[in-house]
Amino acid sequence: MLRFIVRRLLQLIPILLGLSVLLFAWLRALPGGPAQAALGERATPEAIARYNELFGLDEPLIVQYLRFLGRAIRLDFGTSARTGRAVTTEFLERMPGTIELTLFAMIFAIGVGIPLGYLAARRHGSWLDSTSVIGSLLGVAIPVFFLAYLLRLGFAVELGWLPGSGRQDVRMDATRITNFYVLDGLLTREWDAAWDAVLHLILPAIALGTIPLAIIVRITRASVLDVVNEDYVRTANAKGLATSTVRRRHIIKNALLPVSTTIGLQTGLLLSGAVLTESVFAFGGVGSALYDALFARDFAILQGFILMLAIVYVLVNLLVDISYGLLDPRVRVR
Amino acid sequence: MGDVKRRRIDELAARAGQVPEGEGGVSLTRSAFRRLRRDPVAIIGAVIVVTFLVVALFAPWLAPRDPLAQTLLSQIRPGLIPGSQEGFPLGVDNLGRDLLSRLIYGSRQSLMIGVVSTVLGVAAGMALGIIAGAFGGWVDTVVMRFVDILLSIPGLLMAISISVLLGQNQYALMIAIAVTQVPIFARLLRGSMLVQRGSDYALAARALGIRKRRIVFGHVLPNSLSPVIVQATLSLATAIIEAAALSFLGLGDPDLARPEWGAMLANAQAFLSVRPELAVYPALCIIVVALGFTLLGESLREALDPKFRR
Repeated sequence: MLRFIVRRLLQLIPILLGLSVLLFAWLRALPGGPAQAALGERATPEAIARYNELFGLDEPLIVQYLRFLGRAIRLDFGTSARTGRAVTTEFLERMPGTIELTLFAMIFAIGVGIPLGYLAARRHGSWLDSTSVIGSLLGVAIPVFFLAYLLRLGFAVELGWLPGSGRQDVRMDATRITNFYVLDGLLTREWDAAWDAVLHLILPAIALGTIPLAIIVRITRASVLDVVNEDYVRTANAKGLATSTVRRRHIIKNALLPVSTTIGLQTGLLLSGAVLTESVFAFGGVGSALYDALFARDFAILQGFILMLAIVYVLVNLLVDISYGLLDPRVRVR
Repeated sequence: MGDVKRRRIDELAARAGQVPEGEGGVSLTRSAFRRLRRDPVAIIGAVIVVTFLVVALFAPWLAPRDPLAQTLLSQIRPGLIPGSQEGFPLGVDNLGRDLLSRLIYGSRQSLMIGVVSTVLGVAAGMALGIIAGAFGGWVDTVVMRFVDILLSIPGLLMAISISVLLGQNQYALMIAIAVTQVPIFARLLRGSMLVQRGSDYALAARALGIRKRRIVFGHVLPNSLSPVIVQATLSLATAIIEAAALSFLGLGDPDLARPEWGAMLANAQAFLSVRPELAVYPALCIIVVALGFTLLGESLREALDPKFRR
């Protein structure tokens, strides 16, 4: 098992190097090049020339790349042209919000998706089955930002049941420790602050969780249908095991294997870019920062955030691989 | 990394390639087509897709008005956009343009973005996949490492980066969406070709002394295509939804002379509380078309996948 993990970790190196080359090339290819990217669109030619000299942008590409790599390894992506703050600081401040949102979205998707998929499969052909199949097809077809707008309009603007923007009421004088607002509220025993943060998470989490929900329902259903017809389930039934035992030990345990992979992959996707949902709810996580940077053409933020998010994505996928190796011994051999 | 993601694509590739038992006499294409015709899901999907294609093709004849002409301007005030009335079945948008005509013309642009970006993505992905699958060895390693790097970037982030790089026009939009699809198709086709290369008929062809190029292009490649066709159909849905997302992010086609559902939907968000229909109709179009392609793709998969042939 240890060898398996070490091998996976080693495989990360070429991927990360490749990513850095792509991002370096991307920044070089931008109209105006890195100088303009760092100084903003209205930089004067003199300022650009000075910047180029200062940062050695007149040197050979390979030297420049190595320097870029050196800074990237230290997670130094310069400062935002808009706010003047370090890109990494900005990222670390906002990531907890995105993590919280992802967590809530996945709890929603898993909590609803697995039971629904299981029931749909066990009542194959029933109305519940066909509804969940149609629902899961629709869930993937709806543009996320439109769904987010509908939820916001319905439950926040019209009905006023839930807050429709931000991560916490601005009037809330909450203590910050970790920047995970819910966790902070629990740690400091400011229950109202924690509860307010939870309320702010509900609508964005539902919007963000819809696609994973649709996919989880589909995979669970298909996987349970597959497993139910396996020989070992028939054997277990034939040797007189209680139905609940067969269900728990033989069907669910095996059927959840592909589902767990899906959950992992989806978590990685959500963590790395809830750009659409976050911007509709002005959530203040990494996604809405990317959205703002996109409109302001703040390239330092774009570059740094994209690289760091890609790394997050890669790492989550690595975790999925490793957990898959733990869950399914057959994988480790290869 | 992305091992699970890679394995999943490879699984799709391997499954669709097997020759079904007891059906040796009928060609894969013909038996698949026969199954498709009897599948209600496939028929619903096909009807949806064909309907929208017809609307897109005959838009100038079907649209009741000019999609760009501004009318009813006297009725438009802040907080009021006129709804359905005589001559304007769905009302007008915030600039007084007939909504129904814009939806009809919009189908052209939206479907074209979907089709062109998918064709580009499939072509580039297949080229990489063929190179990797046909040569094997170190070529395969190099190409697939590159593909893995592309796979390690989340799709939307990649599309955003490319759009920012290429600027704001409809071609940039198509290319950005296409690039996100390239690694999937490359990996899929390569996996499928690897399975086919190890099959008995490929061995027989080699034993007969047929040249490698002919084996690859005449036998292995045609037999490896079915998972690609399935994935391409599904990708049409994704491409149209992704185009809407990029429009929403301000990276869409800035040319106002070309109505497009994604841009219409993104624009309408500002008037959602005044007239939600402005957003609802383009969204419905996107959802229904995406659903059509998805239904068609899923039933194609079932028709082509021997695992489902019972």
